[in-house]
Order: sequence, then structure tokens, then C-alpha cells
Amino acid sequence: MKKSIINIFSPDLGALDKSLPMADMSVEAGFPSPASDYIEKTLDLNELMVQHPAATFFVRVSGDSMIDAGIHSGDILVVDRSLEATSGKIVIAVLNGEFTVKRFIQKGRQVTLCAENTQFTDFSIDPDSDFEVWGVVTYVIHKAG
Amino acid sequence: MFALVDCNNFYVSCERVFNPRLAGPVAVLSNNDGCIVARSQEVKDLGVPMGAAYFEYKELFERHRVKIFSSNYTLYGDMSDRVMETLKTFTPDVQVYSVDEAFLFFSRTQTKDQLLGIRKRIKQWTGIPVSIGMARTKTLAKMANYLAKKTQSGVVVLSTDDEVRCALNELPVEDIWGIGRQYSRLLRSKGIHSALQFRNAEDAWVRKHMSVVGLRTVWELRGTSCLPLDELPVAKKSVICSKSFGYPIDNFEELCEATATYVARACEKIRAQDSLASYLSIFAVMHERQDHYFPTYKNGITLAEPTSYTPTLITAAKQLLRTIYRDGIRYRKTGVCLGGLIPRSQAQLDLFEGHGKLKEKQGKVMHIMDTLNAEYGKNGQHGKKALRSAAEGSPVPAWGMRRNMRSPAYTTNWNELLTVGSPDPTRA
Repeated sequence: MKKSIINIFSPDLGALDKSLPMADMSVEAGFPSPASDYIEKTLDLNELMVQHPAATFFVRVSGDSMIDAGIHSGDILVVDRSLEATSGKIVIAVLNGEFTVKRFIQKGRQVTLCAENTQFTDFSIDPDSDFEVWGVVTYVIHKAG
Repeated sequence: MFALVDCNNFYVSCERVFNPRLAGPVAVLSNNDGCIVARSQEVKDLGVPMGAAYFEYKELFERHRVKIFSSNYTLYGDMSDRVMETLKTFTPDVQVYSVDEAFLFFSRTQTKDQLLGIRKRIKQWTGIPVSIGMARTKTLAKMANYLAKKTQSGVVVLSTDDEVRCALNELPVEDIWGIGRQYSRLLRSKGIHSALQFRNAEDAWVRKHMSVVGLRTVWELRGTSCLPLDELPVAKKSVICSKSFGYPIDNFEELCEATATYVARACEKIRAQDSLASYLSIFAVMHERQDHYFPTYKNGITLAEPTSYTPTLITAAKQLLRTIYRDGIRYRKTGVCLGGLIPRSQAQLDLFEGHGKLKEKQGKVMHIMDTLNAEYGKNGQHGKKALRSAAEGSPVPAWGMRRNMRSPAYTTNWNELLTVGSPDPTRA
């Protein structure tokens, strides 16, 4: 199995929220509301993507092993360690001392780490191997264009 | 009931979260790579004492393939926040005591299973292993934690009188929380060797020889809680000073003043135990609640060289405050944390002699200030200190600091991302 190289860093827990202001603007014709430039609400990407700040880390992907799951080299993954890895989830795993991102498949006691790229082989975890789920991937941040 | 949650080998554990290959012996060095400030269990087992000079053990470390890191206080601070935030999911009554310790208050005794649940969640969410001790007072909880560290489960509850008595009997007086070397020598000379014997000492005698502080400890050992957070013994690795304001503060000047006061207080505390700080962080808590929490902003700085000089730290704190302060926001609380404490005797000699003389001078100034404050402070008006720092020393420049073996700031710097698969960042 080829290694996927990942970089790990975390959300700034106490950072000033860099919220995106969204003005409440009417699309209907007519006189603009005197309050149209009043910012009613701000949207915070943290609110959308980070449910458990204390347990959330960001991880940068390097490698194409998960490309069919929409995870490209250079993408940033949002990883929530508070979630249990259940079969079908994409996880960050530690395998023999290396980080890797794979789909976690569990049938009975058999755990398989599946790549999402036909050029990569899946990896069956035997009970003796040094294996641990580090966290569950919840979002993929991919730069468009 | 109080629970003391203490992170195991905290700095080492932080490094391990991001580097799975650090399962073996690991040591972390102070700023300038001078002395050893954290040891994995394997390194403790080699007989390497806390605070030892690195060069004295370099050979031993090479022989045992100990992986060495320069301290990465930015990472440790961030991981500490995560641990503390996770603790708050169990109870809002969390008193952060140091970078790696917190007291939790529960109105009822938690079962061992419940404490194991706390331990499990901290490990899962943050990757940090902790030990938990629970008992009726903070001093007893500290003792329970001391015992928990030696158990496989990492959790000890002292609820019955028998359990407490057994534990006290095992605990030598030196290891009682808040009993310094001087007092333990005094106690031993009077035939008091265990915490149990100390608990049975007469109040009048204790008060006479060990002041009200000693008396409080005795009461705490008897199960009467009497230690407010402000008067806890100084933590070994970090000191936190913080207080809520009487009213919300919405301007930079007042916030600055409050923060400077806490810096001065924290500096006094570490000077009293003859320590220097390697890391300074400050935080400000918003007055307005958002959802179910109060947003907290914080920032920290690794000091070019460890110091306990109030003006230097106030200047640095002000600079940090500027980075997190926002106009139009009301704050309910600020606080200061001095971390990476090392004994002054272990601080490295300066590269530049002139600088060394400056430090000596600073030390003298602080000594005079502390002495005067101790003498006249209490009688001063409204409990105000006789002497306060108005001066602003220039902060020590960051150049010249040796941190050759520092791990990347994995969680706080986009330019220092861990690249797994690249050569090991450790030297050993």
C-alpha cells in the first residue's frame, strides 16, 4: 500500500471568528429597505464544519489514494476525534507508525482500510498490527479551480 | 467532591499525539535546550531527574536512543486548551490550575466508572492520557491523584474514611501538597513522618510553626475544604492568575491594567518559588454568552529567555493583548498564564556577559520590590501593594534563542505543518 502523506494542524480554538457577513437583502423589486445594509447575521464556517472544537484537527492530504472519494492531494480535511469510527466512515489512521487517510470498513471483527483509487490496494488489518484510528474525517476542503 | 485531573507527562504526550513513532523514551528541553523539563516514563525510569542539565545526560540519552525535543509551548498551550474544554463537557466547575492540571468540582461523589469515562473521553478527543484523583478536599484530591498515577487504571477515588486513612498513612510529609522542603524537615524533626501523623497534629502547634497556610493543609487533610483557587500552592510547571471583573470592561486601557496586575501577581508567585517562566499566554473572555459558552480569545509567546522580571512580562502581555483585543466587545475576565517554569538555578548562563549583568540587576530590583511589598503591602491602603511596576522594560529579543529540536507548531502555524514520511524531526 502506498502511503498517503498528511499534514496535521488544528483550528484556532480561541480565534476571532472570521465570519462572513450576510446582509439581509430583498430580491424583490421596489424601494430598498432602509435596513438593507444592516448586517443581521454572520455566517461562520467553524459553525458549519466544527462541531467539537476541542476534538477537531485539520489535516492536509498529500497523495491520491482517496481521489474517488473526492479527496485530492493538497486538500484539507476536518477531523473530529470525538466521533466513533463506524464502518463506512473515512478516517485518519495510524498504521505501523504512519498516518494514513482511508475508508474504514468493519465486518464482524475484520477491519479493512480501503483506498478510493483503483490503483491502490486495500489493507486488511490483522490483529497483531500496530493500528489505531486517530480521528474521523467530517469535511473535505478543496480549493476550486 | 473535588477531582484533580492531571495530564501524564504532558509535554511528551503532546508530542506523541502528532508523532506515532515516539512510543519509546522521549525528553523535552527548556528554552535554549538547557535543561530537561519533561520526561516520558521510560526516561524517568532511567533515573533522569526533572530539571537536570541536558549536557550531563546527553550521552545516556544517545545510548538509550531517547528522542529529544526543544519545548514547543505553542503546541502545549493549544493542547492544554483542548483538554480543559473537554473537561467542561462534564461539569462547568473547572478550575484550571496549571497547563496540565485542573480541579473539577462535583456536588456528589463520582464513581470510579464515571471517572474512567472522563479519562477515556480526554484520551479520545485530544490524545492526551490523564490521571484522576477524587476526594473531599483539594489537598486530598491531589493525594488521590498521586496514587492514581501509580495505578494501571489511572483513577483513584478516596471516599470512605478508611480509604483516606490508608492513603494518608502511605504518604510521606514531603509529598503533601503545599508542604515545602523546609516544613517537611521541621515535621520530621518532630517525629511527624506521614500525612496521617500530620493530620493528627495539634492545631495550635501547626499554627504557631507553620502559619495559617499549614493549618489549612491540616484541615484539608481532615476533610474540611478550605483552599480557594487564589491561595493554592504554586504549581510546578505553570502559574495562572485570573479573575472576573466587577463589571464588563470595554476599553483597551482598563483591560491592559487588569492584565498587568495579573502578570505582576503571577511574577511574584514564581519569584517566591525561585522560578523563571519560559512561556507567557494571556486570555480574555467575552462578557456576552454565545450559545452555551463564553468565547475566549487567547495568544501566547515563547520568551527568548526564561524570566521572572515583571516589566518584561507586562510589556509582552500588552503586546499579546493588542492582538486579541477588539473594539466594541465587552470583556468579563482576563487572565495570565506563565508556563514552562524552570528553577532559576537551572537557567542557562548568558551568551553575552553584559546581558547577564542586566539580568542580575533585574533580579535585584525585583527582590527589593517583593521585600517592600511583603513588608508594607499588607498595611497599604485598600490592600494595595506598596510598589508596583510602571516601567516597561524592553522585551528580550527573540533572536539568539536555541530551539534546534523543536517539533513543528502542528496546531497553530500553517507554515509548520507536519509532513509524515519526511525525515524524523528529532535528532536522537
